Amino acid sequence: MYRRERSVPLKSSSSALYNNLSVLPLRDKPLTYFAAVHGSAVSLASAAADGLSVSHRQLQATEGGRAASASIVTQASWCVLPSRVLLVLTSQKGIQMYESDGSIMVYWHALDVLEPPPAQAVFARGIAAASGRFICVGTSSGLVLVFDIPSKGTNITLSEVLEEHRDSITDIASEVGENLGGAADLVTADDSGALCVWRSKEEFSLLTKISAFGWTCSSVKLWNGVIAAGYGNGQIRLYEASSGALRATVSAHARWIYALDLAPLTGKLLSGAEDSYVQIWKLSRSPDTGDIEIEHCHSECVPDTQLCGARFCDPEGNSFAATGYDLSEIVRYGQV
Amino acid sequence: MSARSLPLLFLNLGGEMLYILDQRLRAQSIPGEKARKVMNDIITTMFNKKFMEELFKPQELYSKKALRTVYDRLAHASIMRLNQASMDKLYDLMTMAFKYQVLLCPRPKDILLVTFNHLDAIKDFIRDSPNILNQVDETFRQLIDMYSCLSAGEFQLIRQTLLIFFQDMHIRVSIFLKDKVQNSNGRFVLPISGPVPWGTEVPGLIRMFNCNGDEVKRVEFTNGGNYISPQREGSFDLYGDRVLKLGTNMYSVSRPVETHMSGASKSLASHAKENAAPNPLAKEELNFLARLMGGLEIKKPNGSEPGFRLNLFTTDEEEKYAALTRPEELSYKVINIQATQDQQQNEELARIMGEFEVTDQPSQSTSKGDDLLAMMDEL
Repeated sequence: MYRRERSVPLKSSSSALYNNLSVLPLRDKPLTYFAAVHGSAVSLASAAADGLSVSHRQLQATEGGRAASASIVTQASWCVLPSRVLLVLTSQKGIQMYESDGSIMVYWHALDVLEPPPAQAVFARGIAAASGRFICVGTSSGLVLVFDIPSKGTNITLSEVLEEHRDSITDIASEVGENLGGAADLVTADDSGALCVWRSKEEFSLLTKISAFGWTCSSVKLWNGVIAAGYGNGQIRLYEASSGALRATVSAHARWIYALDLAPLTGKLLSGAEDSYVQIWKLSRSPDTGDIEIEHCHSECVPDTQLCGARFCDPEGNSFAATGYDLSEIVRYGQV
Repeated sequence: MSARSLPLLFLNLGGEMLYILDQRLRAQSIPGEKARKVMNDIITTMFNKKFMEELFKPQELYSKKALRTVYDRLAHASIMRLNQASMDKLYDLMTMAFKYQVLLCPRPKDILLVTFNHLDAIKDFIRDSPNILNQVDETFRQLIDMYSCLSAGEFQLIRQTLLIFFQDMHIRVSIFLKDKVQNSNGRFVLPISGPVPWGTEVPGLIRMFNCNGDEVKRVEFTNGGNYISPQREGSFDLYGDRVLKLGTNMYSVSRPVETHMSGASKSLASHAKENAAPNPLAKEELNFLARLMGGLEIKKPNGSEPGFRLNLFTTDEEEKYAALTRPEELSYKVINIQATQDQQQNEELARIMGEFEVTDQPSQSTSKGDDLLAMMDEL
């Protein structure tokens, strides 16, 4: 059972964008950071465990340091690497990387902006840390840009471009559980619903592709060799990462899923959708057959809110946070 | 984001505008012939070939006030005049109605059905004028050409772009409050029951497969809502049953047009902030306007036909009161283009707009629409 706790107010409301909430529990302080996108800005808030002592910061989409006109931010996410934590913003103009508190921009990567604007929108979207020293970011043309991140400083370089997707990247996930020896540790998802499974050790290599079935995959997660993917038809699908084999389908939501999250220590899965529900699930593997199993644990409605972001706030999945379109707060829930 | 959202935004807001004007023309007992002329003139202007060409070019959405300027002009495309308070109210009603439709449409693709509902109704308004009917059908075909091949993901991007456009607007509309689809804080009510979208399943079933792909287990769960199987899918053809009701005319003699003019206090604050910030969009906005408005051919009412003023309020007193009490934060501050002799600071803008420069109109002015018209005519 989860119970609603004190909300954390945001300076501006959240936009309807996939995976529009990032949560960073600080290691050295009893504080949690939250980030959600509002149009061309990102609202950052830090709060204590009781939801009090809130402080705010707003980040604007910028173009090489200048304020970019009308550039909508598509996602903001913290990337936790062993050596450092960066806050990554994707927008119509490019990719910005900040120190974790949003104070200093350390890197800017511009997207090619065409004039006159093409019918296809241009933007970056989908952010994940990978393999200890990389940050992967997707683009609307289906590319996955791999950035090599030094342990400190601003000497960030574009080290590789993965060209397997034909549609806009929606989300990228790296293994959050145990990495089973050299196996799949990165998944990329696109607008058509296609998934690519990668091994990122040494160099990036494609392991398998999971084909589309007509619905966008808006959010994807990878845990102990299990891919959890959320789709526009409200379905969650579980796949074996190594083979791409379908292991479960869940008719989870009545509307488009916007966010999934996995608690690495317990295998709890969270899904948030436009139907205003957060559902909590538990993944496991049958000790006898090795089959992937999923059970439903909890349902939580945030009334009259089309959820756009939802995340666990701790590695056990004992608490979670969510936000929705037009909502100027982060709603929080804790286990009782 | 999506460069394909402007046609849908413009046509649906235009559709809502026509519903409201139609209802007010009746309520104000404007003679049938005159009322028909107003509707015909506005629809002719709205579906002008050159204007539609501009509209269908891939482009970003600009601000509410830029778009508001276009509707100001459109509403004045005939012998009817609206003053500031009525125009504000008209635009509030249009935007909240379409925001509701975008938010509630079951699948992103259903925005197209909402648009078709508006176009079907517009065709009914002008059913006796075959020339205009052809113009509307032409746009209908353009819509089908452009949108029928888009994927679900592309429609979702269009929907997300529109939702960003409408974000933080929480104006309360009495017809929505009465129907209990809007809460007193201005947020819309989201149902957690009823049919799921076409092509999706009622939540509540888990199916598990072994490594050979055989189903090995089936478990049901309670998801919290009370959903049923989808209805049939609406028609995406030129003619047909759209099934979806969003975007149809919700006004009638017994359900008149009314608004409560108040935003939630919080949203007012963010509105105010937005207005106070210098607007980096000004230049692009003016480019956009100049292009769009260039396509809007307005026929000057000829001298023989006396014009009239339409009131969105029940009485003139109410209208006056609304003008005086409208919160400053909700003022659209229509982009106004004034011919002045001194071209001071903004050389760049002056260049773009020829010899005109942009100034913020004092908020109490009552004749913005007319000023703008006059200015634009000189472009």
